[in-house]
Amino acid sequence: MSGPCSDPMQPRPFRITKVRKELSDTVTMDLEPVDGGAFAYLPGQFNMLYVFGTGEVPISISGDPAEGSRLVHTIRAVGAVSGALCSVKKGGVVGVRGPYGMPWPVEVGHGHDLVFVAGGVGLAPLRPAIYQAMHDRAKFGRVVVLYGARTPDDILFRKEVEQWRSRFDLEVAVTVDRAVGDWNGNVGVVTKLIERAGFDPTSTVSFVCGPEVMMRFAAQSLQKRGVPAEGIYLSMERNMKCGCGLCGHCQWGPHFVCKDGPVFRYDRIASMLTVREL
Amino acid sequence: MVHSHDLGPVIDQHPFFQGIGQTLHDLLVGCAANVRFEAGDYLAREGQAADTFYLIRTGQVAVEVDVPGKKPIILETMSEGEVLGWSWMSPPYHSTLDARAVTLVRAISFDGKCLRAKMEADPKLGYEVMRRFVPMMAHRLSLARMQLLDLYAPSVGGKKRKAGK
Amino acid sequence: MTEGAVQLDEAGLDGLIQALRRKGRRVIGPKWADDAIVNDEISGVADLPAGWGDELEGGRYRLVRRDDGALFGYTLTAQGWKRVLHPPAVTLFSAAKTADGYALTPAAAEPAPMAFLGVRACEIAAIAAQVQVFETDPGHQARRNAALIIAVECGRAGATCFCASMGTGPAVTGGYDIKLVELEGRRFIAQAGSAAGAEILAELNAPAAAAVSQNPAMGRLMAAETARSLSEFAEHPRWDEVAKRCLACGNCTMVCPTCFCTTVEDQTSLTGDTASRVRRWDSCFSVEFSYIHGGAVRTQGRSRYRQWITHKLSSWHTQFGRSGCTGCGRCIVWCPVGIDITEEVRAIDATREGR
Repeated sequence: MSGPCSDPMQPRPFRITKVRKELSDTVTMDLEPVDGGAFAYLPGQFNMLYVFGTGEVPISISGDPAEGSRLVHTIRAVGAVSGALCSVKKGGVVGVRGPYGMPWPVEVGHGHDLVFVAGGVGLAPLRPAIYQAMHDRAKFGRVVVLYGARTPDDILFRKEVEQWRSRFDLEVAVTVDRAVGDWNGNVGVVTKLIERAGFDPTSTVSFVCGPEVMMRFAAQSLQKRGVPAEGIYLSMERNMKCGCGLCGHCQWGPHFVCKDGPVFRYDRIASMLTVREL
Repeated sequence: MVHSHDLGPVIDQHPFFQGIGQTLHDLLVGCAANVRFEAGDYLAREGQAADTFYLIRTGQVAVEVDVPGKKPIILETMSEGEVLGWSWMSPPYHSTLDARAVTLVRAISFDGKCLRAKMEADPKLGYEVMRRFVPMMAHRLSLARMQLLDLYAPSVGGKKRKAGK
Repeated sequence: MTEGAVQLDEAGLDGLIQALRRKGRRVIGPKWADDAIVNDEISGVADLPAGWGDELEGGRYRLVRRDDGALFGYTLTAQGWKRVLHPPAVTLFSAAKTADGYALTPAAAEPAPMAFLGVRACEIAAIAAQVQVFETDPGHQARRNAALIIAVECGRAGATCFCASMGTGPAVTGGYDIKLVELEGRRFIAQAGSAAGAEILAELNAPAAAAVSQNPAMGRLMAAETARSLSEFAEHPRWDEVAKRCLACGNCTMVCPTCFCTTVEDQTSLTGDTASRVRRWDSCFSVEFSYIHGGAVRTQGRSRYRQWITHKLSSWHTQFGRSGCTGCGRCIVWCPVGIDITEEVRAIDATREGR
């Protein structure tokens, strides 16, 4: 594995072995190293994915960290590079630099309730941590997944979320911002799920991932329920170009989001979240 | 229908009614009724007289708008522990939206019309009711505003999540 | 290695340059070019900017003749050693399409041995600061390791200098292979600071001399404590004030010897068969710098100036345990509207409680 320190700017070629269309603008792809080696990472880490001649984008890993060689990324086409990435077919090769960044500290939740709060495609960076929690299920109290999507058609990993819902050792609640009459689920924002979910706020660790505004509101709702600020973790997004603290782009206050984050403990960044254009 | 005196403990346990004085308590219990709606039943219809509000005990209610020729647009769903309905406080006392039971719904209904008259006559009582409804309404408004942000839309305000750049 | 100082005259200095060249080192030092003193390859003492001094002020750089004919009589070269150690453009790799994907060719070539002549105390600090930033960048480390540092202690400070406030100068106290102090009449006291430096000095057979040091008075002062706490003043009204003057041109970041931010450009051949990736200097003063798909985080001038100065003077401490400013004053000199980093900090300092 080429770690961040060995040769930080050289992408390692990976072959796409499977592509699944998740949503109208989002795909999940499985990748394997062309050189045949393994790829180890922790939940919440991301890679810089390189499309030949087009450029590079930071994309969170969305697979199961316990799977040694298969790398899974879920990509939403929102720009030139992510669009190009989404259109690479099975068998194609993309470059991978990483893994980078601080992971979700899943082990901090040992002995506590674990509450995942996801918004939109923010479920993708949380999924590896959810897998890890399920592998180590006995180490946690209640495990709760609260997920807000735009519409029922925008629910990421829908089949899998439905499977999770049928498990007895996992509490899963999904809500959407807008729906029409044939939707029998919740309509409303994800913070409303936080108000209702069954967990012990005094012994809870929560991982929140979604648009920054959603994470701000979610952190407030969690605190209102009694979850201490130091038990809440957010995954921040800034302009990441190198992924390893060399290019300066993702600086946010004293932090390089790429290497000090993207996962931050809420109490350490709460005051920065309200500073405009920091 | 259950006798209203049985509802006392249910009301007492609910946070919405915590700390209410004896007068208001008796009044609420006096005009409360246990109600049940099958899936598909309506708890409120747009434009109709709003004389009732509900404390949902079980089940899910969709607050929605009917669209001719299309499926209704659901604005919000409400479930256990939530208070549904405030049009009874606001002239002309007509429901502004439909409220449809998505599942079997058990709730306690309160006679808003009766309460309205008592509130007019006794401003202190009126204040006690308002003191409970206003924060609940403010909270619901803030949730509605968050929903209005449409945060998961493609490129809303230019800032989106990292599953795709 | 303070012992063993030797005296060099003009010929002796040339002997030093030639000795470095004989060892296969490209000697880079100060040269007159286009009315500025710049670092460039030199082949001997004759290339040095004899008799040139400079006048530095906010938004002003002028070369002036000195009557003493000093070889290192200027304050600073227009740009520092960053251009060599952290070049404005570096090709990271090139790639070519193959039958089943593409093949990458790393572009890293072993840098040729170099010697930097005329490195000032503040520049030694700047080089060290960037070495720290690029700790994980093998290319940067290789370039740094390929360079021998021949420092020249400042005989005078420019009007925009404040290295004393930043604790980086004016005395050259470490981080050099050879240190020179220029005396009147183009004579130098040379001292080795490393084994490599000592070896070269020994070859020159120069007469022993007593070590000397100089301590010129600074042109500017930095309110260092307030500088360090700038991150506490994110909402200070001064940012609006400075934004009225700042053109967001990014000159300060280009001349700053520690500013390290870069972007990358992907280039493809017309046929689409080959591609390359180039790393280029970038500036936090551009709107695109903070772009997250759909929009930039720092759209206002105030936010971008605040980011630059706060990072430089305050966040750098959190990140690297030191200030990112060496007090060279280049950002003041090369700012087209003469914004003065020390004045901006002073303005905030003046509003602090209890002052």
